[in-house]
Amino acid sequence: MNAEDSKIRWIEPPRLGMLGKSYLMLFIKGLTTALRHLFFHKKTTLQSPEERHEIVDPVNYRGVHRLNKDEQGRVKCVACFLCATACPAHCIDIVAEPSPWPDREKYPKVFNIDELRCIYCGMCEQACPVEAIELTSLYDLTGASREEMIFDKEKLLSVFDQTKDREPMPSKRAVAASGDSP
Amino acid sequence: MLPIVVEALIKIALVIGGLMTAAAYLVLGERWIAAWIQDRLGPNRTGIPLTKIRMFGLGQPLADGVKFLFKAEYTPAHVDKGLYFFAPMTIFVTAIAVFAVIPFGSVLPGGIFPSSWGVQQPIKLVIAPGVDVGMLFIFAMGSIAVYGVVLGGWASNSKYSFLGGLRSSAQLIAYELPLGLGILGVVLASGSLRLDAIMEQQAQNGAWNAFVQPLGMMVFCVAAFAEAGRMPFDLPECEQELIGGYHTEYFAIKLMMYLVGEYLHMVAAAFLIVILFFGGWHFWGLTGSDSQVTWVEAILRIVVLNVKVLGVIFFFMVARWSWARFRYDQLMSLAWLVMLPLGMVNVAYVATWEEYGETWAQSTHLSPQVAMAVCGWAVFLVSWYVATKLSPPMSDNHPRLQPEADVVPVDPVKI
Repeated sequence: MNAEDSKIRWIEPPRLGMLGKSYLMLFIKGLTTALRHLFFHKKTTLQSPEERHEIVDPVNYRGVHRLNKDEQGRVKCVACFLCATACPAHCIDIVAEPSPWPDREKYPKVFNIDELRCIYCGMCEQACPVEAIELTSLYDLTGASREEMIFDKEKLLSVFDQTKDREPMPSKRAVAASGDSP
Repeated sequence: MLPIVVEALIKIALVIGGLMTAAAYLVLGERWIAAWIQDRLGPNRTGIPLTKIRMFGLGQPLADGVKFLFKAEYTPAHVDKGLYFFAPMTIFVTAIAVFAVIPFGSVLPGGIFPSSWGVQQPIKLVIAPGVDVGMLFIFAMGSIAVYGVVLGGWASNSKYSFLGGLRSSAQLIAYELPLGLGILGVVLASGSLRLDAIMEQQAQNGAWNAFVQPLGMMVFCVAAFAEAGRMPFDLPECEQELIGGYHTEYFAIKLMMYLVGEYLHMVAAAFLIVILFFGGWHFWGLTGSDSQVTWVEAILRIVVLNVKVLGVIFFFMVARWSWARFRYDQLMSLAWLVMLPLGMVNVAYVATWEEYGETWAQSTHLSPQVAMAVCGWAVFLVSWYVATKLSPPMSDNHPRLQPEADVVPVDPVKI
């Protein structure tokens, strides 16, 4: 860096008066601020496992995935691979099979999501044409091994059972919203 | 002979055990105070191992100690092996050895043992009683502790450690002068280098040195902060730039020796501040003032001294989060251009007072203590005003906007 460069704007530090130069105000202000925080301020720490973070909008939150079920309890997924294609982290692994039900051609025989690879961007949720995959507000998933963190179809469906009351599917939400306004 | 040895061994066990425990719990206390000042909660969960009992985090020092002990003892390949082992031992040993002459109370009344043991005289609560060079011994040990820092920085063979060691050695050596000048006033006033004699002089005088020599107290406190390497003088470590400075390359038990050594430096500095300037075990109307004590007075003296020391340590810990750190050139100019002259002014003032003060105080019908306090604060305020007016630490290292006429401009390309 050249100090004489005309593009550099030099800013003069504020000139201190006698009080500032004597370190007296600095001494008093620093000490009183520290002591005020020490004795009188409310502590902001959240004691995590006992107290939980309040999630303001669980519908918008991007946590653990779930696979939605339809009214008959069947998986809604039609194994179109759009989510796996959209996924930037390549963490979705689907094996399709001809569907046993008459309303669709295919259904997923295997549906694995590697929760450790996932970056929780929510693109799978946006890509899904049948609102089968969604991100919930569960944020603290742990496991003892890497294998345990690869969630299979059963696990993802069970996440739906856990969270369906708190976070209804988009179609249900739309019904609820239109029900409010006649 | 034997009872003296036993007595000394008991005192050593008490002091070392107490210091180690105190250092462990001071770490916890520092973490608590740091957390509370930053509006956090701090360690509040660790309790008795293998149970769910929490005890407000009081088990944290034990957990920390066990963690340090069981960590892998890893020695980097590029270090100077001998010095790498030697440096933490130096700092740890000297930090403990200082406490040989620092009293942790006054005296215990004589006659607690059977007369056949031969210990009848009052027991002085200091490991090495009657060491006439007490202050000098502390200084000698403090100077050797600089070697621990410098050798640690050198032996690590890493640029961050080396920079930390260099900064630290310059800082510690620079601040030893004001430290010595701050003590010199006290030694002049009490006429002895022994810490127990200094405390006794203050107790009999009734006016602590902090009141009659405020300038000396300020110089000594600033220098003690710098010697202990505490904020706002923690240039040797400065986590932000040097990743811990001279102990960057240290692990496990050797790192613990460094950290405990630094804490003991802080404790020793707190003891010295209290003993030299805040009357040691003396408190008006509570502890008596002569060397003949009852049991109640003896215990009160221990309590008063240690409460004062804890208060000073609390100040050390709060000060860490109160003020911004000095830039290195400000640190150096503060030592050489402010604290050193102020220390000399204090020595001159105390010497003048010792020579002429008594007669002058009699002529003004003030008690000598009040007269000396008035003079001391006058000297303090005047010298602080002069130091502010001259304000050498405000010099700045901005590049010059207008090159001066005799400075030949350098072609930037050639650099």
